[in-house]
Amino acid sequence: MPDPRIPALGGTPRRPGAREGTARAAFAAFWRSFRQNRSAVLGLGVVAALFLVALFAPLLAPHDPVTQFRDALLLPPAWEKGGRTAYLLGTDPLGRDILSRLIMGARTSLMIGLVVVVAALSIGITLGLIAGYFGGWLDAVIMRVMDVVLAFPSLLLALVLVAILGPGLMNAMIAIAVVLQPHFARLTRASVMAEKGSEYVIAARIAGASTPRLMLRTILPNCLSPLIVQGTLSFSTAILDAAALGFLGLGAQPPTPEWGTMLADAREFILSAWWVVTMPGLAILITVLAINLCGDGLRDVLDPRLKRS
Amino acid sequence: MLNFIVRKIAMLIPTLFGITIVSFGFIHLLPGDPVTLMAGDKGMTVQEHAAAMARLGLDRPLWQQYLGYLGQLAHGNLGTSLVTHRPVLNDFLTFFPATLELSICAMVLAVVIGMPLGVLAAVKRGTWFDQLSMSTALVGYSMPIFWWGLLLIVLFAGVLHWAPVSGRISLMYYFPQPTGFMLIDSLLSGEPGAFRSAVAHLALPSIVLATVPMAVIARQSRSAMLEVLGQDYVRTARAKGLAPGLVVGRHALRNALIPVVTVVGLQVGALMTGAILTETIFSWPGIGKWIVDAISSRDYPVVQSGLLVIATMVMLVNLVVDILYAVINPRIRHA
Repeated sequence: MPDPRIPALGGTPRRPGAREGTARAAFAAFWRSFRQNRSAVLGLGVVAALFLVALFAPLLAPHDPVTQFRDALLLPPAWEKGGRTAYLLGTDPLGRDILSRLIMGARTSLMIGLVVVVAALSIGITLGLIAGYFGGWLDAVIMRVMDVVLAFPSLLLALVLVAILGPGLMNAMIAIAVVLQPHFARLTRASVMAEKGSEYVIAARIAGASTPRLMLRTILPNCLSPLIVQGTLSFSTAILDAAALGFLGLGAQPPTPEWGTMLADAREFILSAWWVVTMPGLAILITVLAINLCGDGLRDVLDPRLKRS
Repeated sequence: MLNFIVRKIAMLIPTLFGITIVSFGFIHLLPGDPVTLMAGDKGMTVQEHAAAMARLGLDRPLWQQYLGYLGQLAHGNLGTSLVTHRPVLNDFLTFFPATLELSICAMVLAVVIGMPLGVLAAVKRGTWFDQLSMSTALVGYSMPIFWWGLLLIVLFAGVLHWAPVSGRISLMYYFPQPTGFMLIDSLLSGEPGAFRSAVAHLALPSIVLATVPMAVIARQSRSAMLEVLGQDYVRTARAKGLAPGLVVGRHALRNALIPVVTVVGLQVGALMTGAILTETIFSWPGIGKWIVDAISSRDYPVVQSGLLVIATMVMLVNLVVDILYAVINPRIRHA
């Protein structure tokens, strides 16, 4: 037990309320420099808009995304000859409204991104913390396993995991999380090893902080910057990979509205109906681009060292 | 230097074993046992099943099976395809040159365009050229390449009728392929028009596969160059009155290229991911398409050995990159 009279060091507050104050000040400082980067703010705006669209998707979508309008097969967008205003971006070969599918697809894609990043972050941070903090054989075993995972091209490993688990959205997410987590484990381990010997950590240990407390409250908060940046970039990677799996027929299964699956369904119509191919791809590109813009902005603010990669 | 290489190779050994465990485990993690999988829809009686399990040694303990698997690998036996009934190694060797040819072309394209773009952007920092090229690079970096491939097909094949969209060469040409590289074989064949056809078939897939590495290399070259341009020795070179072109070309570029080499190496694994998608879109008969087809036709021996071979290959390429990196940057060797 730490002596209550000795003020705890490390990430612990000196007086009640101080933590909130510093957190708010830190955020304000962060926001000041993030705001300088116009393209990052634009990216953030687009991402926020996409999240709103995903959240209110059922209210925004003009039609049900899986209803097949038999009288409106493969209609072009409203502004093209033969298009109808009821189907703003046209319909697919089964007569489903593309705009509605895109809107519901935003929900699928952003959920994939969120779930994958949270899963990959939790596993990666846990493994990285253990490896970096304890070192020794535990470190060697964990990092060699990570090396093995990294030796496989990500999509290939995801494909094979999906072959084992069976196609579907859930399994695709598990596969992508498994493939992405070594990056977090490596980053966490590297920062933990750099921080472990710092004076504030030693001070906290002398003050009697327990091992879990040292790991989670003292060291981890100081390792977060590169993890946040990597997390943002992984968010876009997860969306891209899930779309790629969908495109190969191993991700979301029909009739689930998912952008990659929509592309796969539309492949044979690329020369006759440009909109069924263009729209879902554009949705993926805009989403990934916006997230990457945010990621670049975050990186410039949070971790100048990463600027090179 | 030798010391460094030996140490690097020693570090690979556990990874290599890990890769064999993954590829061995793959078959065992599949729902159902291998014999049932191989029997497929035909089905078999319980007696037949037990006999087949015993014949294939699948009734032995797992560790014995794993050792047996390693023994097979040591003899170069990667199993037999359930679909083609040919040894997996033969199939791999048939499809590999196509992927290699495509990857080399894509990588050359990525470096030749990406690197000068990044260097120029750094030299002209803050100008419209910098902004335009870096925005383009970010778009390329964010591109879902399976969609990009489809767009190029629409444009170049559908609208302009410039380029063919599938396979490696027009079906009208038939000639022996001693090297497996269509560009070389078509030249050797002496058939008029064959080389042109091979180039035309290679063009779109190469562009698609090059897109992401090109963007990464451009971004990386720019930031590496910016870092170097800010250093003292570059200022000294400028101060003593060297021509700006000479400062950039002779002094800065050399050191800026070091991190770029690593990125080029790291792109090899990513290139394989890209090849899976690119080859699927363009029906390119390489190992990416081979694996995807094997997964969809449940040809598990191919998937198993494909995993093993591809991962080993990526690992070896990374080893070569590490060594090259140490050759050009002595600081690494002694770290």
